[in-house]
Amino acid sequence: MATNPMHQFKVYKIGPEITLGEINLSFTNASLFMAITAILILSFLFLGTKRKALIPSKMQLIAEMSYTFVAKMINDTAGSNAKSFFPFIFTLFMFVLFANMVGMLPYSFTVTSHIIVTFVLATIVFIGVTVIGFVKHGIKYLQLFVPKGVPVVLLPLIVVIEIISYLSRPVSLSVRLFANMMAGHTMLKVFGGFVISLGLLGGWLPLGFSVALTGLEILVAFLQAYVFAILTCIYLNDALNLHH
Amino acid sequence: MELEAAKMIGAGLAAIALAGAGVGIGLIFGNYLSGAMRNPSAAAKQFPNLLLGFALAEATGLFGLVVALIILFAF
Repeated sequence: MATNPMHQFKVYKIGPEITLGEINLSFTNASLFMAITAILILSFLFLGTKRKALIPSKMQLIAEMSYTFVAKMINDTAGSNAKSFFPFIFTLFMFVLFANMVGMLPYSFTVTSHIIVTFVLATIVFIGVTVIGFVKHGIKYLQLFVPKGVPVVLLPLIVVIEIISYLSRPVSLSVRLFANMMAGHTMLKVFGGFVISLGLLGGWLPLGFSVALTGLEILVAFLQAYVFAILTCIYLNDALNLHH
Repeated sequence: MELEAAKMIGAGLAAIALAGAGVGIGLIFGNYLSGAMRNPSAAAKQFPNLLLGFALAEATGLFGLVVALIILFAF
């Protein structure tokens, strides 16, 4: 293999090293691309809503589409109670989507291909949903672990399984996004390495594969942002509407 | 056995998880298509569910990949 396909995930610091006690707070390429993602989202929405016309321009159309897309998703999966959580889920969706898409550009860095980034996002969702559930329903929220219509004999088993599945939510949510992004980018790099090592004669086949895989990866980038947001909605639905 | 060799074999075995993911993705798309053929008017409504199922099934295969990577790089 020409180069190590894992090399693209390396985090290195840009500029001076900043330490706060034991914690290293240096500005890295990961933070740089997070900032780029945030700036891109801000400028996208700012440009899209700058000239609010009745007949929208293309920018405004895309911005409005992203709004209605997320609003419809929340309404369909979490019910109208969840309207007040729209800003959070919209932010989450846009951040993951733009981070994935920025990562598809050559020579860029995929923020979401690091488990710590996705794990923090998933943990925020998990803790937030749990707190909302307990605030809204009090101790009754624990009914979530006792599904209706289950024979009493099976209950000890089912409750344990439900609790384990509830606790593994942040892990599965974060690992899903991280593994998808990392596997996709590793695969692209491996095929890129094949192009180089097979040379001018045989390199065309992996090159074609690379192009097709790039298309697939753009689909996956969108899909994973969508899945992350919709699973957040489903968890929120559990917390808001207990008896479903 | 050498530890390095055992690691390689273990990582390769972890990739078997992809078989299950392949079966899952095939089932999801196959069933979606056959359902859509029977009742095309209901197909568009279930498209988000199709994507969700696809992503969930694909993720299980990737969990296997993560196990392989942990075996290869983390130990």
